[in-house]
Amino acid sequence: MIRLEGVTVLYRERAALHDIGLQIDAGERVAVIGPNGAGKSTLLRVVAGLLRPASGTVELAGVRLDRLDRLAVARRLAVVPQLPTLPFATSVEEVVALGRLPHEHPVRGMRPGDRAAVAAAIDRVGVGHLLGRDARELSLGERQLVLLAMAVAQDAPVLVLDEPTVHLDLRHQVEVMELVGDLNTRDGTTILAVLHDIGLAAHFFPRLVLLDRGRIVADGPPADVLTPERIRDVFGVDPGFVRLGA
Amino acid sequence: MSPGSSVLAARAGPTGRLGLARRPVALAIVGLLLLAVALVAGIGGGTVAIAPGDTLAILGRRLLGLDIAPTWAAAAETIVMDLRLPRVLTAMVVGGGLAVAGAAFQGLLRNPLADPYVLGTASGAAFGAAIAVLIPVRALILEFGLLHGFAFLGALSAVLVVYKLSRVGASSPMTSLLLTGYAVSSLLAAGLAMAMYLSGAGLRQIFAYLLGGFDASSWGRLAVAAPLIVLASLGILLRARSLNGMLLGEEAAAHLGVDVRRERAILLSLASLATAAAVAVSGLIGFVGLVAPHVVRLVVGPNARLVLPLAALLGASLMVGADLAARLLGDIPVGVITAVIGAPFFLALLRRTRSGYEL
Repeated sequence: MIRLEGVTVLYRERAALHDIGLQIDAGERVAVIGPNGAGKSTLLRVVAGLLRPASGTVELAGVRLDRLDRLAVARRLAVVPQLPTLPFATSVEEVVALGRLPHEHPVRGMRPGDRAAVAAAIDRVGVGHLLGRDARELSLGERQLVLLAMAVAQDAPVLVLDEPTVHLDLRHQVEVMELVGDLNTRDGTTILAVLHDIGLAAHFFPRLVLLDRGRIVADGPPADVLTPERIRDVFGVDPGFVRLGA
Repeated sequence: MSPGSSVLAARAGPTGRLGLARRPVALAIVGLLLLAVALVAGIGGGTVAIAPGDTLAILGRRLLGLDIAPTWAAAAETIVMDLRLPRVLTAMVVGGGLAVAGAAFQGLLRNPLADPYVLGTASGAAFGAAIAVLIPVRALILEFGLLHGFAFLGALSAVLVVYKLSRVGASSPMTSLLLTGYAVSSLLAAGLAMAMYLSGAGLRQIFAYLLGGFDASSWGRLAVAAPLIVLASLGILLRARSLNGMLLGEEAAAHLGVDVRRERAILLSLASLATAAAVAVSGLIGFVGLVAPHVVRLVVGPNARLVLPLAALLGASLMVGADLAARLLGDIPVGVITAVIGAPFFLALLRRTRSGYEL
């Protein structure tokens, strides 16, 4: 579904990503972890087509990403953005409806099928009780769920999440993670998430990709990736601080 | 069993009705009626009042070729066709264009306090007009006049300079655009002050332009400005999807399928073109471009597909109304009327905007 080969990204002549090779098959659930500045978000931006690598190729569903225009990418891959601020009062359903932008009629806008998809996404993520509320007045946890519903409405086979739990309390963290897991197991959506919290990652993701200084240093099941030596080497902390509730 | 099902089941409450389509057809009809009323009132009102029935009959006879026997003085027909109609239509086109441009700038810059003049069009136009007054040659460019032509070029050049100067690397971040717009405007304001200081007898002419108004409207000027404003506004209307994508920011817009760099450049160009043409014919009239989109958003929400056309209708009606009020109050500048109505609204808006406002 997603394939990166020899991907190198330069930021001011410094390699932010170095010779990345990564294959994610349809229906997989993968978390990218690593310390600050390891290149996690850069990797997501490359996969989403916002950043063109200096060398290497990126493929999405068998097509080279640089051959697809933005609209074609948006129909294949949905991204849950980091919590944005809204300039105008915007109701919850209006935010979710933005997920239909890649599908709606360019002039006439949403058609009945689009409205049905919005309603279905609202049901699927369980934000029906928030309808009619101004999205700016919601709690961070609620807003994250609304953005997730928007990405679900986008109806793409791949869902990408950038630090979806970063501002959330524990309950909402678990809620979002369970939802993402459910989208993966029940709907077969391929998931690629950048996570800060390696405990959450280990608990909810069967495959972890550990990045350090722009390179993939480990890729596999949590137990294989998060060895005490790696935690000490990569994160620079005593492995005893990291409790992995497997 | 997936670990999520318990949480999901617990939260699966009733889903209310989706409040997405907020009666767009009904609102469009209301907007068109408002515009029609503004048209008839705007033509009828003034030092020589013409009854609405006569106004409609004259318009029907002259524009639609209806066979209506005149029951009015010949002067009334001249006033309607040669003076009032071009004036009211100019006000409509300018008001509608400024409202669409304002909505576009607010959406693009993600800033509710943006107006069509935010990137320097107003100060550029004013400076251009002042320069034209200082030039001793009186040339006519079409029927536009040197002053209007220079105002148009001044407005466009100002935006172009702002856009170029705000570039950071390959892109031009919105914050940088806003701040550059402010800086360039300040510089042009200084130039304008200098030009006014040097203008001597031309001062009154510059001043009249700065205040804005429609008393110098003519069919000729309308014929030059209207196509520019209308086409640019239609171009913006057709790009409502891109503006909607920008609601969540440029990165999110890109994820939703918007080619951000291209769409932003196109939308900024169209909105600047509409503003420049509007400013060239009418001078600086504030607040309509700021207020009309917000009033519409209060009713229909932020969806640009609804906001843009409805704001155009409202902006056009407001401008005709403001021009009529200005005429009835003894030919005071329209900008004064729009400011008196718009400024309190602007202040109320500032107080309402809490979490959403950021540079």
